Amino acid sequence: MSRHDEHIDESVDESRRRFMLGSALVVSFSMLPGVKALAQEVIADEGAAVHIGKATQALAGSLKTNPYLDSWIGIDRKGKVTVYTGKVELGTGVRTALLQIAAEELAMAPALITFLTADTGASPDEGLTAGSHTIADSGSALLNASAQVRGLLMDAAAKRFGIRSNILTVRDSIIKAPDGRGMTYGEAVGLVDLHRMAAPVSPLTNPAAFHVIGTSLPRVDIPRKVTGGVSYVQDMLMPGMVHARVVMPPVYEARLLQANTADVLKMPGVVKVVRNGSMLAVVANGEWQAVQAQRTLAANSQWSAGRALPDPATVHRDLATLCTQHIEIANKHSATAAAVKTLGAKYTKRYMMHGSIGPSCALALFKDGAMTVWTHSQGVYPLRDGLAEMLSMPKDAIRCIHVEGSGCYGHNGADDVAAHAALMAREMEGKPVRVQWMREQEHTWDHYTPAMVTEVNASLDAGGNIVDWNYALWSSSHNERIVNAGRLIPAQLLEKPFAPAPSVPMVQPEGGGDRNGIPLYTLPNMHVMNNFSPTMPLHTSAMRSLGAHMNVFSIETFMDELAAAAGADLVEFRLRHMQDPRAGDVIRLAAEKFGWPRPPRKRNHGVGFAFARYKNLMAYVAIAVEVSVVPETGQVILEHAEAAVDAGQIVNPDGIRNQIEGGVIQSASWTLYEELQFDTNRIRSFDWSSYPILRFSAVPRSVNVHLIDRPGAPFLGAAEASMGPTAGALGNALFDATGKRLRDMPLAGESLRS
Amino acid sequence: MINLTVNGVQHALDIDPSTPLLYALRNDLQLHGAKFGCGLGQCGACTVIVDGAAAFSCLIPVGSIGKKPVRTIEGLGTIEHPGPLQKAFIEHQAVQCGYCIAGMIMRAQALLDRDPRPTERELIEHMEPNLCRCGTHTRILAAIREVAHLQAADAPRENPPLAASHGGAQ
Repeated sequence: MSRHDEHIDESVDESRRRFMLGSALVVSFSMLPGVKALAQEVIADEGAAVHIGKATQALAGSLKTNPYLDSWIGIDRKGKVTVYTGKVELGTGVRTALLQIAAEELAMAPALITFLTADTGASPDEGLTAGSHTIADSGSALLNASAQVRGLLMDAAAKRFGIRSNILTVRDSIIKAPDGRGMTYGEAVGLVDLHRMAAPVSPLTNPAAFHVIGTSLPRVDIPRKVTGGVSYVQDMLMPGMVHARVVMPPVYEARLLQANTADVLKMPGVVKVVRNGSMLAVVANGEWQAVQAQRTLAANSQWSAGRALPDPATVHRDLATLCTQHIEIANKHSATAAAVKTLGAKYTKRYMMHGSIGPSCALALFKDGAMTVWTHSQGVYPLRDGLAEMLSMPKDAIRCIHVEGSGCYGHNGADDVAAHAALMAREMEGKPVRVQWMREQEHTWDHYTPAMVTEVNASLDAGGNIVDWNYALWSSSHNERIVNAGRLIPAQLLEKPFAPAPSVPMVQPEGGGDRNGIPLYTLPNMHVMNNFSPTMPLHTSAMRSLGAHMNVFSIETFMDELAAAAGADLVEFRLRHMQDPRAGDVIRLAAEKFGWPRPPRKRNHGVGFAFARYKNLMAYVAIAVEVSVVPETGQVILEHAEAAVDAGQIVNPDGIRNQIEGGVIQSASWTLYEELQFDTNRIRSFDWSSYPILRFSAVPRSVNVHLIDRPGAPFLGAAEASMGPTAGALGNALFDATGKRLRDMPLAGESLRS
Repeated sequence: MINLTVNGVQHALDIDPSTPLLYALRNDLQLHGAKFGCGLGQCGACTVIVDGAAAFSCLIPVGSIGKKPVRTIEGLGTIEHPGPLQKAFIEHQAVQCGYCIAGMIMRAQALLDRDPRPTERELIEHMEPNLCRCGTHTRILAAIREVAHLQAADAPRENPPLAASHGGAQ
């Protein structure tokens, strides 16, 4: 891997920096109807919108929603420091990055801090861990909360010593005066009350003096994961634990007509068959016993026909009628030179799945009227609220504790299996119940990423400049997160079923299907429509980057067509239409590292370029790729990639590289190879042979990531930022290799065969 | 009683002989490294070494193993004293979510036990059965190459992609 970091010194003055570090989360303002003109901030990403009171609007990141310092940092009288985040580790390494931020501003070695992630019984409520928000929301909160706690402790020590606090030094939780007197954090915490609201301004460390932030601290979770230690919810064993397996309906809305429980109850180890409406499951002492019983139970159950699925051949055409909400997200007009050339194109994307390697799993224990659930959900608080409604229990009687699972890349079965576990636990009072879905359940009951259509036309003037841009997209929901019990699949199957909350479009600037639907390029005339379908032919929800994968693919491959029509170099054409200097920097850096303009290519090889700033407000990514094509088979390999990334102030360089490398490879798999198989009867992708993903033989020989650090600038989420640009660069490279403009994903295979 | 030798230690287990090895390792011996991924031998998350060869522990009935020695990731080293591959995976930070990684390491170990100096092509072909969804492949290969004394692969492919690939044309 490349280790060439580019440091571009951006002079950001101290006072501005303080505000910038706190500003990454501000999303939109709305007026409350019926209330006197009171501007209220609304944080709207996935999940339910969160309203921010006036008192906390000026605070950094998630301090807006959790303003008390002691909800983030606990220090006991012995000096033990515990730092809480309401976010979770999804396999991105963000736990380590957040720890680094807290360690930096608490002036402590990371190893001295006990760092805990989301737990409704202990942590701040930060909603979902999604949308590349963690480093911006929780990171900014921890940076500021840690700095304020350090400042308060030092002020208290100074007061006790009778000296000014700015002559004190602090290292590893020991505050020292120049005369040699010292005080530990444990001693100082007795002199100050940390149960107080954060202040809008923090005594932040000068970035030039950072010695933890900006270093590639090795991830804290890796040694245990590579030596077989208990690392995942799947690995938890509890005394007296029983194993459950569920039987899912063969198709959406099928109702259970009959289940032959008598035979199953005779099987070895079987403790109970649980049936509630169409929610069917078996509990056994041993895990393999549960699996065998589940197979018998499934084979002996009879279901109604359920709902027919759409014909895959007409899915894209159907979107035109299903999309009943038409939302204009950009409409801009200015005078330009006359258009001399107009181009248009239409693009399609098929349903795809998250494809977690480990099927979703949860443990639950119902004891003394309280329910505890161990879950790899991305949002323990929303899950708790959904479970409370489903179980008719008070929220404070339910505790959801996050434990890592297999990578999810979005809304997979994590919440659903947690609901299964809770339903089983209620039937098995006092006994911990472990439920894991089987492979075919993870595949066929996923919340898929929706099929999409995009259409664009744009005109060039005589000088080769874009003078107008019209873009529209069609999609069903990318956000069916848990906002009520009905969003949990098991709750829909109960005898008294819960109905899912209606699908609603996500709003700009983050967007859902329309994420990155508005190009960052400077376009004098621009019209962009988000056509939203509130109905879902297949269950869909959030998958890494939501609509950005498709929108950036469409925009960036169309930019190449326009550049070709303008007779311009592809990189120069992008720079010509880009005013954001940080975007220009990543575009130039990726081009330079790749050796742009295009080097000579071997036969059946091609190179491509693309750029996007994720959501137009997170990390900037530009990427150049080389692909090879086998004309006889249509096989495509991403051979090599050079990516340039600006994620603001870098916390952990190797962590960002790891996420970008992984994103490039996963996006290559989506873009080139993946599509969900189904027919009108049922989902047909039920295992890895019916849903192939990229394997070692198709791995690029190198993916080099070049980082631009912006000391003092806001942290920008990067984990999802490479999905769209990779797709765009692959489409462009395939055109370069074959002369064919491929506009329908997946790109590899039949359409390239010659 | 099923007798099973795992990481050099003999165990007598009172379980159904049809139980796949994976469940015996995870639940009866509390060795959690090998993971349930598919139960179909399609992803490799459950990979262990049986009698010197990489094997899908989700498919092998525990009663069929007999005296063949079983090796799991717990047998390669500990968190305090990681083995060479484990150390290389830590050094390369060759993990994202990590759910597939124990299987990856065990498959690589089986190759290196047989041939400590494989070629690049042998390495890729050998690793082909194991899936990673996070896209950690380049780091996984870099970590294995280090232990296998293989040069980095940043050179053009000499051969067309493997015919057996599931990652290409379908």
